[in-house]
Amino acid sequence: MRYMDKSIEEIHEALVKGEVTSRELIDESIEMSRKIQDKCNAFVTILDDVKEAEVTDELLSGIPYGVKDNYSTKGVLSTGSSNTLKDYVPFFTATAVENLTKKGAVFVNKTAMDEFGMGGTGTTCHTGVVTNPWDSSRMCAGSSAGSAAAVAAGVYPYATGSDTGDSIRKPAAYCGIVGYKPTYGMISRYGLFPFASSLDHLGVLARSVRDAAIVTDGMKGIDKYDMTTWDSSDIHLLDSLDGKVKGKKLCYIKEICDINNYPHASDELKAHLANFMDTVDKCKKLGMEVDEVSVDQTLLNASPSVYVVISCAEATSNMSNLTGFIFGPRAEGDSWDTEMKNYRTKGFSPLIKRRFVIGSYVLQAQNKDRYFHNAQRVRRLIVDKWKELFEKYDGVILPVGTGPAKKLEGSKDILDKNTSVLEEHLQIGNFGGFPSITIPNGFVDGLPVGVNITGNCYDDANVLNMAYALESSMDFKGQVVKEGK
Amino acid sequence: MGYRVMIGLEMHCEISETNTKVFSSARNDYNEYPNVSVRPVDMAFPGTLPVVNKEAVKMALMTSIVLGCQQPEYLYFERKNYYYPDLPKGFQITQETKPAPIGSYGVFNYELKGEKKSVRINNLHLEEDAASSDHYPSGSRINYNRAGVPLLELVTEPDFRSADEAVAFLETMRSIYQYLGISEADSKKGQVRCDVNVSIMDDSLDESDPKNWGTKVEMKNVNSFGGVRDAINYEIERQTELLDEGRGDEIEQETRRWDEESGTTIHMRSKVDAIDYKYFVEPNIPKFKIPKEWLEEIKSKIPRLPSERKEDYINNYGITDYDATIIVKEKKVSDFYEECIELGADPKKASNWITTNLLGNLNKLELEFDDMTLTPAMLKELIDLVENKEISSKQAKEVFEDVLTSGKTPKMVVKEKGMKQMSDEGEIIKIANEVLDENPKAIEQYKNGRTNVVDFLTGQIMKKTRGTANPTIARSTMASEIEKR
Repeated sequence: MRYMDKSIEEIHEALVKGEVTSRELIDESIEMSRKIQDKCNAFVTILDDVKEAEVTDELLSGIPYGVKDNYSTKGVLSTGSSNTLKDYVPFFTATAVENLTKKGAVFVNKTAMDEFGMGGTGTTCHTGVVTNPWDSSRMCAGSSAGSAAAVAAGVYPYATGSDTGDSIRKPAAYCGIVGYKPTYGMISRYGLFPFASSLDHLGVLARSVRDAAIVTDGMKGIDKYDMTTWDSSDIHLLDSLDGKVKGKKLCYIKEICDINNYPHASDELKAHLANFMDTVDKCKKLGMEVDEVSVDQTLLNASPSVYVVISCAEATSNMSNLTGFIFGPRAEGDSWDTEMKNYRTKGFSPLIKRRFVIGSYVLQAQNKDRYFHNAQRVRRLIVDKWKELFEKYDGVILPVGTGPAKKLEGSKDILDKNTSVLEEHLQIGNFGGFPSITIPNGFVDGLPVGVNITGNCYDDANVLNMAYALESSMDFKGQVVKEGK
Repeated sequence: MGYRVMIGLEMHCEISETNTKVFSSARNDYNEYPNVSVRPVDMAFPGTLPVVNKEAVKMALMTSIVLGCQQPEYLYFERKNYYYPDLPKGFQITQETKPAPIGSYGVFNYELKGEKKSVRINNLHLEEDAASSDHYPSGSRINYNRAGVPLLELVTEPDFRSADEAVAFLETMRSIYQYLGISEADSKKGQVRCDVNVSIMDDSLDESDPKNWGTKVEMKNVNSFGGVRDAINYEIERQTELLDEGRGDEIEQETRRWDEESGTTIHMRSKVDAIDYKYFVEPNIPKFKIPKEWLEEIKSKIPRLPSERKEDYINNYGITDYDATIIVKEKKVSDFYEECIELGADPKKASNWITTNLLGNLNKLELEFDDMTLTPAMLKELIDLVENKEISSKQAKEVFEDVLTSGKTPKMVVKEKGMKQMSDEGEIIKIANEVLDENPKAIEQYKNGRTNVVDFLTGQIMKKTRGTANPTIARSTMASEIEKR
């Protein structure tokens, strides 16, 4: 009997009834981890000495889960999938993991990711490429690639993720699962290796909206070590899932969703957008109003550049602590600056170095206003536009990406100009710190695709409830990869 | 041609009186053991975040108010990015002039040898100190105790016209930091560090036009006020010499280092090599609106400052400007003085004891004010003993030297040493006549109109009684006894 492919509530019930023990669950999860490691290369570390936890009233108690490797975990290797931290064992644990531990949750592995979260392919981990469990010739997207692959493959019911542009929500779509990042500051960032502090969110990858709600209830909370957290003690996400969405209002954006915008659309893209419109119909059948709205194309087109400028600028600064002096493998050199230069030159992948160059460039005195300050101004304009939509609508519903997971070969991080907004609009959820959830909404070419709902700050319960109702009207809840290609 | 010197200061003063560091919960203390007051954030371990110390902000605001600066509506912090081994994060959290720092554009009055002077303050900002490093032949060692200690940086306009003015200002600020309970401001502990800039202009030109200003030369890291004086004077001389020789164009806009040992300044870097610090707003610290009520509360808690106390002492206690200046120079001394008066001691007598005996003795014994055991109550007791003619003032000095550090009270010492003042007139008459018998010449001189021999003869009484005779009685007795001859 397998349990790791079930929902948290089902597993909890089995534990309480004594059908299975925490020990057996951990063993099953670790065995699955090894299997998926061979298949997908999803982990940096699989723990071999995991103590079971006492089963209590807490739904998460005694149940295994995975932690993305950019979460600081005391006594357990935490690399951020980077050679610069390949031997780093922290002496403190991220608040979010600490909170889950208090609920009795047990983490069994650390999942691979694009180096420090700075990639969207799952191919830039220092341990190698993470492949998609549905089809090993395809990527998981990133950066939470390992977490997405493991949850989709049934290693455990959920894993933590982090999301600076779409790093939870895109891999979730490519792997046919749920990816949710709550409002900025609901979950403490203390102990998360930073990429771009003003955009970084913690969140969860799971197989159902209910599970995502349970886990987020467990991770969230105000934290004295993170000044950007806020008190969410009166928000109970699981309890607020009632599926009652009649009269709720959603909108989708014509400039992103209309197939006529893409004259050279591939069959995959056509099928993906047609499937999205089916999903919109499902929303309507549930009693929600869904409007098509129009947003200035120029503003939308600016979004990817705004993201690059702000995220690279913050990243350059955030990662200046990586010198090899205090932690990380110290490099050789006859002076402190050559030591540091050697460490950074050897340790970072070319993709990251490219981002550092961009980040430094846009912050230079002579460029700062033109690039960095303008990016901040446009960020504000985009967020204001979305806030304006939220005055009228409970959420914005949009397709995730241009279709199913991309082929690993010839993928590179190069974007087609025409579809760049469709590919990257999830960043807007990071610009505004909005609660944003991706759920699976079908298959294209036998591979899963996803849809996203994003709502206003602090309106997490509403956003989750709409996703919950929509999920219940489709057949993809709890899906696990049975036999991938 | 005549020259006019323009001097500007940057005064860095560590806040020593908060319990914890400015963005960290590590203790803010001056510790002789390295690396004991350290939290993960002070060493920039991945995932750590800054948390603002409200107490440090309060102290910074208080200083801003005292300097006559404007306080900002919102509090922001910024990152100053540069690499150095003593800067673990690779950036310093500080405040730039945009957005507004904790204080901008103030005018501050100080005194130089009784003459009122004023200086414009460009800005005051709150920031964190770097770690300290010790250099050995075999390598360098870093001590993170200082990393994150709150630091106030005060930047003046180039309003000083001499080294004396600059130093008088620094001394005034030091005492203000002490009076406000913000810092010990002890340069021996490295708590005060200065950057000095000096330029020289043609005296006949209009100084309100910056075009007429001379080339500015900056000197970094001058760590004592004596050093500031010497560095300024050295630089004035160096630049004047160049101007006199018609080599003014050789004065380069540069940063020089003050070398204490050689007493000279040495070129560090030119303006063209200036570092681009790539400032941007620290994203981990949300902007904070400074409530008006909070500012009012801080304002109401500003203690009486030295200038105010000094005026009070001169006007109400009738002591001299000179003595008042000495007393208010250090808060501890001033507090001691005020406590004596509160206990009922005569203000003038207390002032005399403090300015001459107390400070003189401490100086002679190379002791700090805190090292002495003398309390205001003891000084009052001593003054009373003299007042009641129980001991002579000469004896009092001996008692004073004892009670300064012995922990004993004046009465205990008087008892121990068997000191009692001889006030018995019969006895004194007897000794006076002995003295007169021994000095027939003096009697003759007296009769010839040289009445001041009485002083000499009184001295002889004091000598015979080893200072125990009441001097007033001794003098009057001698005056009447000599008449009888």
